[in-house]
Amino acid sequence: MSQVQNTLDQNETPQTEAPKPISPFRQQMREFWFYFSENKGAVAGLFFFLFVVLVAVFADVIAPHSPIEQYRDFILIPPAWQEGGNAEFLLGTDPVGRDLLSRLMHGARFSLYAGCIVIVISLSIGVMLGLSAGFFRGMYETIVMRVMDVILSIPSLLMALVLVAILGPGLRNAMIAISITYLPHYVRLARASAVAESARDYVTASRVAGAGTWRLMCITILPNCMAPLIVQASLSFSTAILDTAALGFLGMGAQPPASEWGTMLAEAREFILSAWWVVTFPGVAILLTVLSINLMGDGLRDALDPKMKRS
Amino acid sequence: MSLLEIRNLSVEFETAHGLFRAVDSVDLEIDQGEMAAIVGESGSGKSVSMLALMGLLPWTARITADRMNFDGQDLLTISQKERRKIIGKDISMIFQEPMTSLNPCFTVGYQIMEVIKEHLGGTKKELEARAVELLGLVGIPAPESRLRAFPHQMSGGMNQRVMIAMMIACNPRLLIADEPTTALDVTIQAQILELLQDLQHKRGMALVLITHDMGVVAETAEVVNVQYAGQQVERQNVVDLFARPQHPYTHALLSALPERATGKRLPSIPGVVPGLLDRPTGCLFNPRCQFATDKCRSTPPALHSKVLCHYPLVDGKPTNNHPGVSSQGSSGQEALGGNV
Amino acid sequence: MAAETVLKANNLKRYYEIKGGMFAKGGTVKALDGASFNLEAGKTLAVVGESGCGKSTLARLVTLIEKPTDGELVLGGFDIGSAHTAEEKRTLRQMVQIVFQDPYGSLNPRQKVSAILEEPLKINTSMSSAERRAEVLSMMSRVGLRPEQADRYPHMFSGGQRQRIAIARALMLRPKIVILDEPVSALDVSIQAQVLNLLTDLQEEMNLAYLFISHDLSVVRHIADDVLVMYLGQPVEHGSREEIFSNPQHPYTQALLSATPVADPSRKRERIKLVGELPSPLNPPSGCTFHPRCPLANERCKAEMPKLAPTSSAQVSCHAVAEGRN
Repeated sequence: MSQVQNTLDQNETPQTEAPKPISPFRQQMREFWFYFSENKGAVAGLFFFLFVVLVAVFADVIAPHSPIEQYRDFILIPPAWQEGGNAEFLLGTDPVGRDLLSRLMHGARFSLYAGCIVIVISLSIGVMLGLSAGFFRGMYETIVMRVMDVILSIPSLLMALVLVAILGPGLRNAMIAISITYLPHYVRLARASAVAESARDYVTASRVAGAGTWRLMCITILPNCMAPLIVQASLSFSTAILDTAALGFLGMGAQPPASEWGTMLAEAREFILSAWWVVTFPGVAILLTVLSINLMGDGLRDALDPKMKRS
Repeated sequence: MSLLEIRNLSVEFETAHGLFRAVDSVDLEIDQGEMAAIVGESGSGKSVSMLALMGLLPWTARITADRMNFDGQDLLTISQKERRKIIGKDISMIFQEPMTSLNPCFTVGYQIMEVIKEHLGGTKKELEARAVELLGLVGIPAPESRLRAFPHQMSGGMNQRVMIAMMIACNPRLLIADEPTTALDVTIQAQILELLQDLQHKRGMALVLITHDMGVVAETAEVVNVQYAGQQVERQNVVDLFARPQHPYTHALLSALPERATGKRLPSIPGVVPGLLDRPTGCLFNPRCQFATDKCRSTPPALHSKVLCHYPLVDGKPTNNHPGVSSQGSSGQEALGGNV
Repeated sequence: MAAETVLKANNLKRYYEIKGGMFAKGGTVKALDGASFNLEAGKTLAVVGESGCGKSTLARLVTLIEKPTDGELVLGGFDIGSAHTAEEKRTLRQMVQIVFQDPYGSLNPRQKVSAILEEPLKINTSMSSAERRAEVLSMMSRVGLRPEQADRYPHMFSGGQRQRIAIARALMLRPKIVILDEPVSALDVSIQAQVLNLLTDLQEEMNLAYLFISHDLSVVRHIADDVLVMYLGQPVEHGSREEIFSNPQHPYTQALLSATPVADPSRKRERIKLVGELPSPLNPPSGCTFHPRCPLANERCKAEMPKLAPTSSAQVSCHAVAEGRN
């Protein structure tokens, strides 16, 4: 044995030197970017999404007007480039004289906020339930999974509506309701990966080393289940925004005068024919944001899912 | 004229880290009814070269060759449609994992008949009779009842037999077997190898056996190609290869076999097969070679009477004015063993 | 007798109940049906057999992942049946560790090498993190890895290096027994030799007892002291390496030996052909489980199950050998 140790330093073969001293994280990031950037749509989506985030963060600074201040002299002014438009209100004003552009900018905050909270709630609870179901199996798993099946079997918007009706309208309750409707997706994904990973040898090795339940679940298995969950999270981020807007539109989400996009649409419903801009711009904002996030999610899946990688 | 002739075949892959040359100027020549083996460790490009021949590589692969002839037809220039007529009929291939090579959704009989119908045609009755005949030929008991079995209802050995039946359904002239027994148990491996040899003799087809198992090579092949890191390093008939290996890699590989060991320690080869990022200059084997000289480290060797080496071995000693075994002799090599 | 017996198995059994479904009948799978053997410190016992012979079940029992259905298992003098407190169980667990076949699946891809090696110490000892780090580095150099590789992830290593990491992890707790579950069958020949040499060195240095599970007889012949041949959950022959390889008694051992390819093309030999496949463990044949494939089977073999009985050289479980029919 000592022989082996001695020869270690003397006989360094050149090729064992080869992996350059580059940190594994940077190496991973580089590889991630290589696969992500292959997908041009994903890169475009990423940039648009970053733009929306920046607008939401700096809405107070860049918005030309307050989102709730009513300019009574300028009711239903068309966008600036149309006849009768006013350069002060670039995208026009709504029926009570609020600046549409400023409201959209502040609305981005609500949408992103709602998306984030929904993801955080459903991801954390879903992972907890799914991981434990996949780890413990047996009766517990059956109960958890059947409850999820019940949730899945009710149309999600209807379910959210019922929950909001019980909890009372408002953005917070809408987010809780939407989180619950998304739960089954995460539980199923987490459970499937946990079942697959539990059978792997490295988990057995940890078990042989004496690792307890908590350690096995959270330190050994969980990090290896994250890739599909991240992809699912990024994709349902957009649906969460859509559903928040839908609940707002139905009057069950954010309440006026909040400038949430869905609520804005609902308020302007009656002017669809006479003032197209009050409905079109919030709609376009929702469309573009959701589209960009979906494109980005596709790219994420390509980059994170090893099956999609080329040899 | 030989049945299959490949000259200077190279395959390159585009990866996240740049171009990777998986197969590097490989030649292969097989006569009608010949049994050849391609031996190498993982990463030696042995499967890739055959997949390139079959046209089964993903689109990221770039295939170049001076010549790729099968039975007088140039596989490089013919159209996709003509190629498909040859592949699967005159050339067929069986793979390592019998369980995943068969479609789990269809019965075994359906899958065999599908192949025959595609290439030869026939009525339903004829197809079925032929399928039964084939299953019997590969030694499956009660072939009539097995026709309606699904792959998951049979063992790995049985599935591999079905694969073989499927692949010889159209009387191929050349059968490529890619590690056909690696996933199987020893006693089943013996059965399958015997079956392959038997079929080859009876039908006069050529067989290319891709494997890493020296024992399998010794017991079945006639001619052996040894590949290392995508390059073909040696080509000999099987008896000479095992008795008088000429390339240092073949020599070291053979002496690393546990069954050839004399002492408690095995004479191992230090280091690993070079990957994408750590290709050495000169001869690709030089960092692991006990006979490597400065010439080996700087100049890539040329093919020397079917051996890719500056100093081919004779009786385990390098020739061709080798400057003499350096300080690390055979005992030095053994000490190196611990260092992967 | 100088050497200490570190592992003693007596009539070890493990049955699995298969629940009957709506269309399937339930039943009992006898994955391991009565294995007995002793293993001394510094020795290697090879368990040989084909898939489904109970090798892996045996490994799971000895590593305490599963409890035996019946039988006695003594690790380093402690009967595992008598260990009840957490402290006793911990002592037992530290005595036996395992190295798996697949070096790609046995290392957690999200952990650095140092974290993988540290884990057993973290769980079982109260060492400080500096002490643990020192332990890790010294073990890495023992198995032939360089200290700067400690902070890399498993995917940056080749198969042989990963197997070295797996071996290092198994040795972190200074076990007396190491289960080697096909440790080299996923490796290339040249790497296989390196790892086998490492295992030999470590055994000498740390006086380890190896339970070497393998289907590759040429490797077994190189490394084993004793050999236990299993078929369908039952041991069929048990003897020293020399006896098993030079004078195999049981027809299954003979068939296994003759089926193993030998890297010598000039030696053409007659193979003992085994007909048929391994029977389903859910519905094993009556009598001797090997009789449907055995060239020597007679009526008695179909009816009566043979027992492991000593012969002139090894212990063999076969009527034909006992009656001198072979």
